[in-house]
Amino acid sequence: MSLAKKRILIAKPGLDGHDVGAKVVAMALRDAGADVIYTGLRKSPDYIADVAVDEGVHAVGLSVLSGSHLSLASDVIAALDARGAGDVAVFLGGTIPHTEHKALLDMGIRAIFTADETLDDVLTRFDAALGET
Amino acid sequence: MTGVVTLPSGIEVPVVARGPGAERLGDPGEYPFTRGIFPDGYRGRLWTMRQYSGFGTAEETNARYRFLLDHGQTGLSVALDLPTQCGYDPDHPMARAEIGKVGVSLFSRREMEILFRGIGLDAISTSFTINGTAAVIFAMYLAVADRKGVPRSALTGTIQNDILKEFVARGTWIFPVQPSVRLVADTVMFAGEEAPRFNAISIAGAHVRDAGVTAAEEMAFTLANGLAYVDALIARGGDPARFGSRLSFFFYVHMDLFEEVAKFRAARRIWADLMRTRYDVTDPAAQQLRFGVVCGGSSLTAQQPLNNVVRVAVENLAAVFAGAQSIFTCAYDEAFQIPSEQSAELALRTQQIIAHESGAASSVDPLGGSYLVESLTDSMEEEIRAVMGELDDYGGVIVAIEDGYLQTRVARRALERKGQIDRGERVVVGVNRYADGRPPEIGEMFALDDGTAARVLEKLDRLKAARDERRMGETLRALAKAAEHDDENLMPHIVACCHADATVGEITDVLRDRWGEFDEPVRF
Repeated sequence: MSLAKKRILIAKPGLDGHDVGAKVVAMALRDAGADVIYTGLRKSPDYIADVAVDEGVHAVGLSVLSGSHLSLASDVIAALDARGAGDVAVFLGGTIPHTEHKALLDMGIRAIFTADETLDDVLTRFDAALGET
Repeated sequence: MTGVVTLPSGIEVPVVARGPGAERLGDPGEYPFTRGIFPDGYRGRLWTMRQYSGFGTAEETNARYRFLLDHGQTGLSVALDLPTQCGYDPDHPMARAEIGKVGVSLFSRREMEILFRGIGLDAISTSFTINGTAAVIFAMYLAVADRKGVPRSALTGTIQNDILKEFVARGTWIFPVQPSVRLVADTVMFAGEEAPRFNAISIAGAHVRDAGVTAAEEMAFTLANGLAYVDALIARGGDPARFGSRLSFFFYVHMDLFEEVAKFRAARRIWADLMRTRYDVTDPAAQQLRFGVVCGGSSLTAQQPLNNVVRVAVENLAAVFAGAQSIFTCAYDEAFQIPSEQSAELALRTQQIIAHESGAASSVDPLGGSYLVESLTDSMEEEIRAVMGELDDYGGVIVAIEDGYLQTRVARRALERKGQIDRGERVVVGVNRYADGRPPEIGEMFALDDGTAARVLEKLDRLKAARDERRMGETLRALAKAAEHDDENLMPHIVACCHADATVGEITDVLRDRWGEFDEPVRF
């Protein structure tokens, strides 16, 4: 896996306070050798983009379980673009209905993860999607 | 369910069955309440069926409440949206994406009035899952009652108001730990005087359990938080013999039926012992662990969602065997969306079938005396006390929260649980056993109205245009002044703010200015 050389920001945009999924994925990525930063709760898209640029990350993983993922994901992508960081891969995890996956992928989300997947699968897909960059 | 109860075959069912060892356990309704807090269990009164519900605007949620009440629900449980829970008005930049999403938007007292249109505040008990802004929402509810002419003393219900667990899981904290606990103590003290039938706190283990910890840790963290609140209330002049009877608890029921029954029986015994030995409380009502539960949560799956109906029924049965005072059964689609009317109705019917057809409610503590259940109850008690001891050794829950120890412990447990499921060590049917690989078929989808946010923002504008700004400003300044001193109860001031149409965001900002915000320890 190429995760070992990657810097990854795990972020909680919006007001959702469910952080266990974000922390579990952060720990799994760290165990796989990635250099992981976690924002903590309740961050604005601008804040997340600022941290992503300052820290020079390869990827941002967003975690949203409040149903607000469409607008928050789109805002984070726009905030990265506005900072000339459109090449940072953006991933999304949480309570994301299958019916909305296509719209999210179309707007530029690299991959979507839900609780039903094994962590091994999450890491494999994360790695594969990052390898495309 | 009074008088003689018989099996369909005509055999009489005893209210309480007793056998060898019964003396050691004590009777239901007697210290240490292992067998339950009421002598006649559910014969006197069934548990409250309280389905958590709320979304969009106050108008939309009011319609859903009337639907649930028409179908036999016996209590209301209000889900609030995240801006209301975190103390932001709908027009705050952090709020706009979240308006009406996971609950109803209640930014002012006038919205609360709409929420209860056509529903008698004194005719129904209402539970609010609210923590960071619990004082404000409680004040709003009191203000609505005042205006409807309902005496505060007639109000029954609960605000969750358990801020300590918000720091550990769920995350709707606002202020630092110490002033947050002060605000909790103020609401409990004020309710004791003004609304003595209302539970101003529901100390909750549900969220840490759902996040990942074991059943024993769920009970230990919660009882330890309970002790922290009792200590804070005593420090603010409260008498545990009085406020003790208004403390309530809230837990998850997950899938292992016997583990769940054992944990509740053990926790009742421990709490009664702690209230007696630590605080010299002798009034049985103040020794009793009264609790509500939620069945579902993270034990539900998005795959093969109809399987969740069966899971919730098993968990519901465990809650009844354990003697819960109120039960919320999740809808089968709740793992991924706001429940549809159809799934919400089925969740309520599940409770009604268990209550009226299964016989589970006929006899108090029906598993009491079972070799297995008594043995597991004893082991669970030992384990819960051991975890409480670890927290004590750490320096208590407040320190363990401030420096992030508990948060990290929950996250590590979540990783362990995920590993067990991934490796198939813990079977989840439809996920790691008997999976069919098909995408989930959800059936009827609940769709939130796209126009909700715009309507809420419009209502906020109308409120601000209509209210008496000068009078409102005076109430906010009075609150700010009271918050400068630790010895004054803030609740009367917050109620005055609500009467004067101050918003949740405005009231919270007064306290934010004074206390600052929690500095989250980011560790994982």
